[in-house]
Amino acid sequence: MSRYEAVIGLEVHVELKTATKLFCGCSTEFGKEPNTQVCPVCLGLPGSTGVLNKRAVELAVKAGLALNCEIGTHTWFDRKNYFYPDLPKGFQISQIFRPIAHNGYLDIEVNGQEKRIHITRAHIEEDPGKLIHTGESITTSFASYVDYNRSGIPLIEIVSEPEIRSGEEAKAYLEKLKSILEYTGVSDVKMEQGSLRCDANISVRPAGTTTFGTKTEIKNMNSFRAVQRAIEYEIDRQIELLEDGGTIIAETRGWDENKGITVSMRSKEDPDYRSFLEHEISDIKLTPEWIEEVRAALPELPDARKERLVKEHGLPAYDAGIITGSLALAEFFDAVYEKYPDAKTISNWIMGELLRLLNARNLELSQAKITPEGLAKLLELIKKGTISNKMGKEVFELMFEEGNDPEQIVKERGMVQISDEEQLAQILTEVIAQNPKSVADFQSGKKQAIGFLVGQVMKATKGQANPGVVNTMLRNMLAEK
Amino acid sequence: MQLYTLTVHQLSELMAQKKISSVELINAYLERSSKIEHKIQAFITHTKEEALAQARIVDAKRMQGEELSPLAGIPVAINDNICTAGLKTTCASNILNSYIPPADATVVTRLKNAGSILIGKTNMDEFGMGSSTEYSAFTPTKNPYALEAVPGGSSGGSAAAVAAGEAAFALGSDTAGDIRQPAAFCGVLGLKPTYGYVPRTGLISYASSLDQIGPLARDITDLALILNAILGHDPKDSTSATVDVPDFKAGLVNDVKGLRIGLPKEYMEAGVEGKVAAKIQEAVKQLEDMGAICVEVSLPHTEYAVAAHYIISCAEASSNLARYDGVRYGLRVEAEDVLSMFMQTRSQGFGDEVKRRVLLGTHVLSSASYDEYYTQALKVRTLNKQDFDQVWTQVDCLLTPASLTTAFKIGEKAQDALAMYLSNFCTIPVNLAGLPALTLPFGLADGMPVGLQLIARHFDEQTLLRVGYSLEQNTDQTSLKPDLDRE
Repeated sequence: MSRYEAVIGLEVHVELKTATKLFCGCSTEFGKEPNTQVCPVCLGLPGSTGVLNKRAVELAVKAGLALNCEIGTHTWFDRKNYFYPDLPKGFQISQIFRPIAHNGYLDIEVNGQEKRIHITRAHIEEDPGKLIHTGESITTSFASYVDYNRSGIPLIEIVSEPEIRSGEEAKAYLEKLKSILEYTGVSDVKMEQGSLRCDANISVRPAGTTTFGTKTEIKNMNSFRAVQRAIEYEIDRQIELLEDGGTIIAETRGWDENKGITVSMRSKEDPDYRSFLEHEISDIKLTPEWIEEVRAALPELPDARKERLVKEHGLPAYDAGIITGSLALAEFFDAVYEKYPDAKTISNWIMGELLRLLNARNLELSQAKITPEGLAKLLELIKKGTISNKMGKEVFELMFEEGNDPEQIVKERGMVQISDEEQLAQILTEVIAQNPKSVADFQSGKKQAIGFLVGQVMKATKGQANPGVVNTMLRNMLAEK
Repeated sequence: MQLYTLTVHQLSELMAQKKISSVELINAYLERSSKIEHKIQAFITHTKEEALAQARIVDAKRMQGEELSPLAGIPVAINDNICTAGLKTTCASNILNSYIPPADATVVTRLKNAGSILIGKTNMDEFGMGSSTEYSAFTPTKNPYALEAVPGGSSGGSAAAVAAGEAAFALGSDTAGDIRQPAAFCGVLGLKPTYGYVPRTGLISYASSLDQIGPLARDITDLALILNAILGHDPKDSTSATVDVPDFKAGLVNDVKGLRIGLPKEYMEAGVEGKVAAKIQEAVKQLEDMGAICVEVSLPHTEYAVAAHYIISCAEASSNLARYDGVRYGLRVEAEDVLSMFMQTRSQGFGDEVKRRVLLGTHVLSSASYDEYYTQALKVRTLNKQDFDQVWTQVDCLLTPASLTTAFKIGEKAQDALAMYLSNFCTIPVNLAGLPALTLPFGLADGMPVGLQLIARHFDEQTLLRVGYSLEQNTDQTSLKPDLDRE
């Protein structure tokens, strides 16, 4: 047991999935030519005025409700003032004093242990633009370019209480958060496109104490795995520093993915943002009735869906957790189940083949060619004995890569299983004749000898024989002797 | 007939009767400008060719019998902090001295749709920060009644242009009295509508919770016609009111019988000049003679309004002016790195008064002084509003001086920021409360115009116009003309 305890709080910025920006009609589409999705409002031109995107408010409320937050019926926007070239107005419009959602939580599970992580607040704000440096950073570059396409895209910032204690818990928190936001359709939650960004505040303290140590803020993590690694590194760094008699400096540190270390970016004197009310955007007033309408329209959330898979289908909690961890996977499962109602078998194929191939190829489910209908057909073929389980895996891989129909694959490749006893009887007779030792072993009570004989039959049939049928036939034939 | 002295509705009538064309009218104004603008310096940008081109279009429409707005073909001056598409809009600042907006302000669109002819962009105190037009980065504007006096500010160019006959009416902006005080100093009418009644889209922000666009004109009927054109909701501006706009022209009545008019004692006790006080007493007498009931009332927190306003407006300005950083538009002073570029650009781009207010605003919002200044100011603002709510249970409108003095001399207050700010003593409480207020001339004192201020409830511009119209119809004190040809 470590003498230290880590205290971690996460700030997660999530792009809301709206067609247009927070205060103007510009498109939010990702990956367009720089500065092609801009207007006087999101460029902060003198005299421009914005109007709040109602859809963004709705999505933020959805997220808040899904995260068990209280929703404010009267909230507003404030200005966070600071100078940076990517910030066209010299201030960011955010909710400082009254967030749209506060006081929520989500539950995570690490090593079979459930834990509740509380959410302090979730507030709406606008994204700044994006800087593209000719060199490493703004201070070392000859020039920096600014792309304002991102300027004004609606975000929610979700702030957790400092209740996370390890990198693993942080990763579990992010995974749960991601799936909740995905289920509710609030965001695309694509870390690689920047629609989900995470900063971690980390401090350590002697185990059993309650005061907070000096914290550092870690930025630039591009995957959940990176968040976990960066936190683990930073905890070790801080403990080592303290053990050596050093002191932690309050600073912002960047994660260097290649070197696997955090590096100091800037000392963190708390910037004075001089926040005050944004007078040019009207307040957000929500009726309790409207909030209840949004709540009633929430889809089934990951925890409820997991419980349903366990209760209704008898899946192990572990399987159900993995399958419902991603909306795409959960929907895939349901679609297969509709055609082939054998939950455990489906789960085995998802947990085994599907996830194995996705991980090996580093793909999203949406990029794989296999369809739920195809998998259902495949499972049907195996059940009928048309092909063996082993052949099924080969077919699965082809379906995964090419998306072809399983029946067609089986036909084209002649992958038909021989279950016909008459056809098999001839081969079995030959195998028995050729392997007197194994036959004698079996008959003298070494029942495992049958495995060798089945193997010989499979070999003779190039794997096409139905192993179940062969096993039964062999036992009958050897018993007769 | 001197066309440049007539009112909008008189000119409109002449054009409707085809006695003059818009081109003739514009030419008359351009000629007038060519004779006196060098004395007044009301304009930053003139739009001679474009104005004539637009006038020809309006004349053609009229010839074809098209039904036109009463504002059609009429030359208007627009304050240079209101955006005009394709036309330089500077806020009288070096930092924006070549800035060309991509779009018209909503009010400009509305006037253009009515057929008004933009004749130029008028001078002002930089970003609206000032009360004399001396803080323009380009040149001070002169008062048409005495060239050694200021025209007031910040919309001093607009007031002087209307007074001197260089525009038939103008649009200014009012954050602390910036329409009303210069209107009073220049002997014209100025109206600050209820906060939010005129869309702010295209108005370059100084203090967002206080700024309001409004008209300057030569009589009440003109104000009514302009209000008809510029008021009303704008879907592009979420702060713009969704209140219906009545027909102000049709609603004009010459009748104040039984109307209760409050006389806030705090205004008369605040050191108002004797000659101004005498004119106010004369106006009260006139209104009483016409059947109005004038009673003394109290707005006890008036003395704190200027300080609260200073804090709030500077705070908001420090944020609103942060966008002028040299990155995207306007002045950029090249420097070694980004931070130096920001600092050099802003140091060289802003004038002293703007810097003063940005620094003060930054200070009052900083966490060490926030509660002591900003929070206190917001409390005073609430008390100020409650004062007004209280008097509305007793009276229908208020009558005060527009300014404690007549126009002061150029240079008299330019080095004394506090004295300059205090010259808006009478107008500032109205901005803090978001109320509508009208100033109108009431004769001369020592050759300089004296202004009355009328204040009414939110969205009750009609009462302001009713009192103003009644005074106008029953006295000859509200219609003044400067003598610019005397030299």
